[in-house]
Amino acid sequence: MLQYMKAEADQVRVPAIDAEISNVSRRGVLSGLLGATGLVLSVRFSPADALEHLKPYPTGGLKMPDGVVSNPHVFIAIAPSGDVTIVTHRSEMGTGIRTSLPMVVADEMCADWSRVHLLQAPGDEPKYGNQDTDGSRSMRHFIQPMRQCGAAMRQMLEAAAAAKWGVDVSLCRARNHEVALLDKDEKETGKVLKFGELAEAAMAVPVPAPEAILYKSPDEFTLMGKGEVQIADLHDITVGKAGYGADVRLPGMKYAVVARPSVLGSKVKSYDAAAALKVPGVHSVHEIEGIFTVPRKFGQLGGIAVVADTTYAAMQGRDALTIEWTDVDNASYDSVAFTKEMSETAAKPGKVLRNQGDPDAAFASAKDVITAEYHGQHLAQAPMEPLVAVARIADGKAEIWSSVQSPYGARKDVAEALKMPLENVTVHVSLLGGGFGRKSKWDFMLEAALLSQKIGGAPVLLQWTREDDIQHSFYHTTSVERIEVAVNDAGKVTGWRHRTVSPSIVSTFKQDDGYQFPIEYGMGFVDVPFDVPNIRCENGQAMAHTRIGWFRSVSNVQRAFAVQSAVSEVAHKLGRDPKDFLLELIGPDRAIDPKTSGFPDDFWNYGEPYEEFPINTARLKNVIRVAAEKAGWGKTLPARQGMGIAAHRSFASYVASVVHVRIDDDGTIRVPHVTSVVDCGFHVNPERIRSQMEGAAVMGMSNALYSGITFKNGAVEQSNYFDYNVTRMSNFPENVAVHIIDAPWGVHAGGVGEPGVPPFAPALANAIFAASGKRLRNLPMGDKLA
Amino acid sequence: MPTITINGEVREFNGDPNMPLLWYVRDMLNLTGTKFGCGAGVCGACTVHVNGEAVRSCQTTLGDASGKSVTTIEGLSPDGNHEVQKAWRKISVPQCGFCQAGQIMQAAGLLAKNRAPSDAEIVEAMSGNICRCGCYQRIHEAVRLAAGGV
Repeated sequence: MLQYMKAEADQVRVPAIDAEISNVSRRGVLSGLLGATGLVLSVRFSPADALEHLKPYPTGGLKMPDGVVSNPHVFIAIAPSGDVTIVTHRSEMGTGIRTSLPMVVADEMCADWSRVHLLQAPGDEPKYGNQDTDGSRSMRHFIQPMRQCGAAMRQMLEAAAAAKWGVDVSLCRARNHEVALLDKDEKETGKVLKFGELAEAAMAVPVPAPEAILYKSPDEFTLMGKGEVQIADLHDITVGKAGYGADVRLPGMKYAVVARPSVLGSKVKSYDAAAALKVPGVHSVHEIEGIFTVPRKFGQLGGIAVVADTTYAAMQGRDALTIEWTDVDNASYDSVAFTKEMSETAAKPGKVLRNQGDPDAAFASAKDVITAEYHGQHLAQAPMEPLVAVARIADGKAEIWSSVQSPYGARKDVAEALKMPLENVTVHVSLLGGGFGRKSKWDFMLEAALLSQKIGGAPVLLQWTREDDIQHSFYHTTSVERIEVAVNDAGKVTGWRHRTVSPSIVSTFKQDDGYQFPIEYGMGFVDVPFDVPNIRCENGQAMAHTRIGWFRSVSNVQRAFAVQSAVSEVAHKLGRDPKDFLLELIGPDRAIDPKTSGFPDDFWNYGEPYEEFPINTARLKNVIRVAAEKAGWGKTLPARQGMGIAAHRSFASYVASVVHVRIDDDGTIRVPHVTSVVDCGFHVNPERIRSQMEGAAVMGMSNALYSGITFKNGAVEQSNYFDYNVTRMSNFPENVAVHIIDAPWGVHAGGVGEPGVPPFAPALANAIFAASGKRLRNLPMGDKLA
Repeated sequence: MPTITINGEVREFNGDPNMPLLWYVRDMLNLTGTKFGCGAGVCGACTVHVNGEAVRSCQTTLGDASGKSVTTIEGLSPDGNHEVQKAWRKISVPQCGFCQAGQIMQAAGLLAKNRAPSDAEIVEAMSGNICRCGCYQRIHEAVRLAAGGV
């Protein structure tokens, strides 16, 4: 038995707990009790609820496939040199999560960040916990397990030092990549053991049980919340060395592109590859069978692949193919006609998803009813890096390299497609050149794996072109949102009726019935946080005729646009200030009670337990007030300028945006200033939160003014960035000022990647109205006023 | 046989002169810092310098570049410390980073011609480079910083 474990009961000291609990340091806690299992246990603070601000709390992470893992042996390796390697198991697509989660580990274990190296985990959820990097979940679900992981490692290092010195572990204190020996007065003796010297022994120490883990108090954090850590890949990115999906190079690797059907469900009837095979550099042409059974899930579309020496030759070969495709029903999909149908559906009562009070009576007795309809087109995620995967099969084992948001889900489907056991398939994760939801659907990886199989397992890089990306996405849905607001004689809102009509994402996973699912109507629809006595949310039917999928912020995009535009419209009709009116509609500070507010029984709260992550109106109102104050809301602006405000809760975070618009003489809509205030609870890397909010304004502007995917005869009408437009520097939110609400550990970490997008478009529309008197209700609005 | 100088090294090529420079540097020389974003000259991810001028390598054929000197992101600075690269790091410009090699090459091309660009000149020069993550505010600031010396 190790010497440090020989603790005596009389050595246990109970720390003094100051009145100011936040000043209590973990250093006041004594560890070193020998537990019956041989683990190092700690003395718990007493009373336990005095530690409210450090208490573990449940998150939806526990219910995700494979849950969370916090074992330091899985995530941390310490070399004898002292170099620390931290495994980063979530995919990096620009949020900075590859840096931020290891920061949590390094902080708790007292590692010197400059000596930390990162290792990207392959897809293996039973080992690492859930890896589906989507839904703004990474920090929300893994901040606690990563703290636990780092803290356990620190205690193992301290225990190893105690054993080497033959002292009680309470005299061993980790700090700055070494463990210091303390005297009885807790003063440093000058003796230290470096992490590298302790590495081997520490790894042999049993991992402390969760209840024995001692956490830093927030005032001891060195990295978390400090805002001084740059992303780990920054240098490599600036010198062209950062590795993305298409940067993988294997000996003998070929390059391939695929010709796919322009209409969903269409199959290859016949094809002629003769001309393609004559293109210099082209090796072979293969049909890849598509998945045509419904639901298709992330199954490949099917088509004809051209394998060549270079991507260029493969593209030329594809151009030379002659393919005849089968006719399918989806060829009738026409965006203009479909929007008209959705609008007609929205004018009629739909399936009631939320009913509070007696909306019919409220509307019957209203003095005024204000009705507005808001339209949204499909969107393509269009990350800068087009989809790409490299596959190789050798000795019965498949390896895939890809920029994928969900490597384990992909691995399972690749194994199934190749008819190989899961353990024989490896999915390596590169950096992602953006994702925005598209790269959580792995059809492109299935194509690469199947193609490699067809060419005898040879390594092949399967590249999607930009046209492939724009024309074969899993699109953000198209929508009609109709809102009716009843106002009484006193100018108070007495009724709120919102109808949504929109093809469902779930059509990708289940037989489509044309209705929305909890994961969609929980996003800014049934959870509308207004203090209105009579509320009804209805859903009209709309069938999917293309692949529908997640796009950054998902249903919140169209719901926040409609709801927050409508609030400003009603404020204007009533002669009220939009900000004051919005605050009044939200009403008193409270956690909204879904049960007494008529929410559906299957209300989905971003997968989080509602008690831990309630809809908190005080936090929502706070971001609105702070945004208004920082933006100088109410100040007099020159002619053809105006401010708009909008606020939205999504992914367990709260964001308010004030957009300042200037209309140029030629009608061009300019955005000289944006104020974004985010309350995402406790936060780790404020520098990256600011960058996410800045970027959210830019993507919000793309959604608001520029981007739209439309279908004609079942095919997408756009093909590249020249007709699927996105924000460029020629017209961008020039100055986005971001304010992060300071929050202690006790305010649970919320999402960051997505919540910034939804309020931007309505704030912009409201600002355009303030500047010009023109109310724009259809996305994209275009960047010029007529 | 036609030659191209890539990052100071003279290369002979005997392939298709219509092949875009992008695919030559990426697939044949394995210089993967230059990115494929659109293939149509509308996103700027593939920007390199040809005789010091920032161009889209997806729209520049090997024939166009024949006899000329090409610089890719890998060759912009021997130690990665071109003033634009330093400014990019100082301001923590990138999010996903994919477009940034093209952005940096575009900015370096601008500053090589115009040491003190105005805000409007920066906007004009950089508007052909898309950043879907939306780093424009920081890109603009970094170009201004690089112009002033880092």
